[in-house]
Amino acid sequence: MRSWLFFLIACVVGAVVFFATRMLGNEYYFFAGYTVLQFIVLATAWNILGGYTGYVNFGSAAFFAVGAYTSVFFHKAYPLPIPVLILISGAVAGIIGLGMGYLTLRLRGAFFAIATLALAVVLQTLIVNWDFVGGSRGAYIIRPREIAVIGNYVQYLFLLMLGLSVISLTAARMIERSRLGFGFASIRDDELAAEASGVPTLKLKLIATTLSGALMGMAGAPFPYYIGYLEPASAFGLQYAVNSIAMPMIGGTTSWLGPLIGAVLLGTLQQWATVNISSAVNLLLVGVLLVMFVIIAPKGILGLIESRARRKKS
Amino acid sequence: MSVDLFINALIAGLLLGGFYAAVTVGISISFGILDIVNIAHPGFIILGSYIAYIVNDRLGIDPILTGIIVLPAFYALGAVIYQIYYASFEKRGQDPLRGLAFFFGLLFITEVVLILVFGVDYRYVKAGYIDQSINFGFVNLPLRMLIPCLISLLMLALLQLFLTKTFIGRAIMAVAQDQLALQLMAADPVRIKRIAFAISIATCAMAGAFLIIIQPVEPSVGREYIGRVFAICVLGGLGSLPGTLIGAMLLGVVESFTATFYGPSWAPAVAFGLLLLTLAFRPAGILGR
Repeated sequence: MRSWLFFLIACVVGAVVFFATRMLGNEYYFFAGYTVLQFIVLATAWNILGGYTGYVNFGSAAFFAVGAYTSVFFHKAYPLPIPVLILISGAVAGIIGLGMGYLTLRLRGAFFAIATLALAVVLQTLIVNWDFVGGSRGAYIIRPREIAVIGNYVQYLFLLMLGLSVISLTAARMIERSRLGFGFASIRDDELAAEASGVPTLKLKLIATTLSGALMGMAGAPFPYYIGYLEPASAFGLQYAVNSIAMPMIGGTTSWLGPLIGAVLLGTLQQWATVNISSAVNLLLVGVLLVMFVIIAPKGILGLIESRARRKKS
Repeated sequence: MSVDLFINALIAGLLLGGFYAAVTVGISISFGILDIVNIAHPGFIILGSYIAYIVNDRLGIDPILTGIIVLPAFYALGAVIYQIYYASFEKRGQDPLRGLAFFFGLLFITEVVLILVFGVDYRYVKAGYIDQSINFGFVNLPLRMLIPCLISLLMLALLQLFLTKTFIGRAIMAVAQDQLALQLMAADPVRIKRIAFAISIATCAMAGAFLIIIQPVEPSVGREYIGRVFAICVLGGLGSLPGTLIGAMLLGVVESFTATFYGPSWAPAVAFGLLLLTLAFRPAGILGR
């Protein structure tokens, strides 16, 4: 299937999702749906680096927060419409991703993962000490009640996130089937061999960190408007880091479909658990599922389906 | 900058460094020697702190004594975790990516369980020496820092003796270098690694007790220590206990100066910044192999 065709289909599916949610006639579904969509973007972005090239990023929350705080900064300095903020946040987070790549990508495996964790804390400390964006007290963002054409503001945010999900999934799928994707896969399978065969590994890894970081930043940009009050502890919350790892791992990391499956399942489950049990239990659920899946089903749900299909054939 | 402020900050940093050495020594064994990236290590330290807290709260037993009493339990916990890790990742020879995710999940689970059981309030322990301090002129030595530091140094010395003088200790050092050769010496590498990993988790019982003596603890405090322990471990050179001590002292002093002269809110960034710089420019560490 051609990428533009995939994009069109994804847009149609997105439109169906939007109008179906509208039909439900309950504002809550937009709030819950926004969170799930946000996780689709985060999981897909994580998977571009973590799944395709095999470099584990524990710092997803940092990129997400960079996006969110870019919005806060402009909200205070010079208010801009959210789509513009998304682009700017993407650029800022992308640059940070590139910088992180330069600093750390000569390190393999575990060191890279630890360095990303370190980056998250360094950035959090910077934000806590930066008074203009609220420091440790946090910042209030007053969102308008209505917006032109769409009307309800929450629906507007939902629609934006839906668009971002469609874009990131299309991008992930395109990468997967391009020279770039094959390059990534060769790094994941054997970096030394890839380098020896003439794959420009450093360049490819920098592209991956930049893309992945930019998408995470974009996912964070509308967040302050969604939540209304942003403080460092919530923007850098561990749940973003855990979820963006757990979702691709549970869904399956080798394809764009994996993060989507993982995010929809886990995201919905968490929304349900938050409402029906408690928000602490829903976090526990993510941790337990992550550990269970990496032990029992290392290739995720996609891997389970594939091996079942193979067994049927033979 | 006055001289007494400088000297006090230096001494506070060295005492803090002694404590950091106890926190890191487990990682030096599991990550430095065994190549197991146990990101959940700080989670187990917090678990140790909470056990020290419960026992102190209910029975009034000294936290360090509690730490020593629960050492075997932590040792057993470590052995179990290694067995799971071995069976699901090392044996299958799977990419370390999933092992990392496994430990990350464990860290998250311990944190959330502690939040569910104890809430997010800060907990602290009571002991006679916590509020006291020794003074030499203008030099101030608070006992709540001095005692953990001294016991931690003792623990490090014992571990170093164990690793260099006993058969099992030497086997642990050897398992990192050549598993096959170790097998030829009639030692089971898996058993040796299990012992080593169990010891690394056992040190968490002591480190947890020290932590709750030094500062009040809540479940997410562990996260701050992830960067610290790996920074120290990398800074000191992987798998070297003397290196760990030097790295810990260095970080303690740098953090103490930052907190004294720029404000405590900047201190967490120091460890991570130092880690990023070390990783970028000298990944082998100070006493690197």
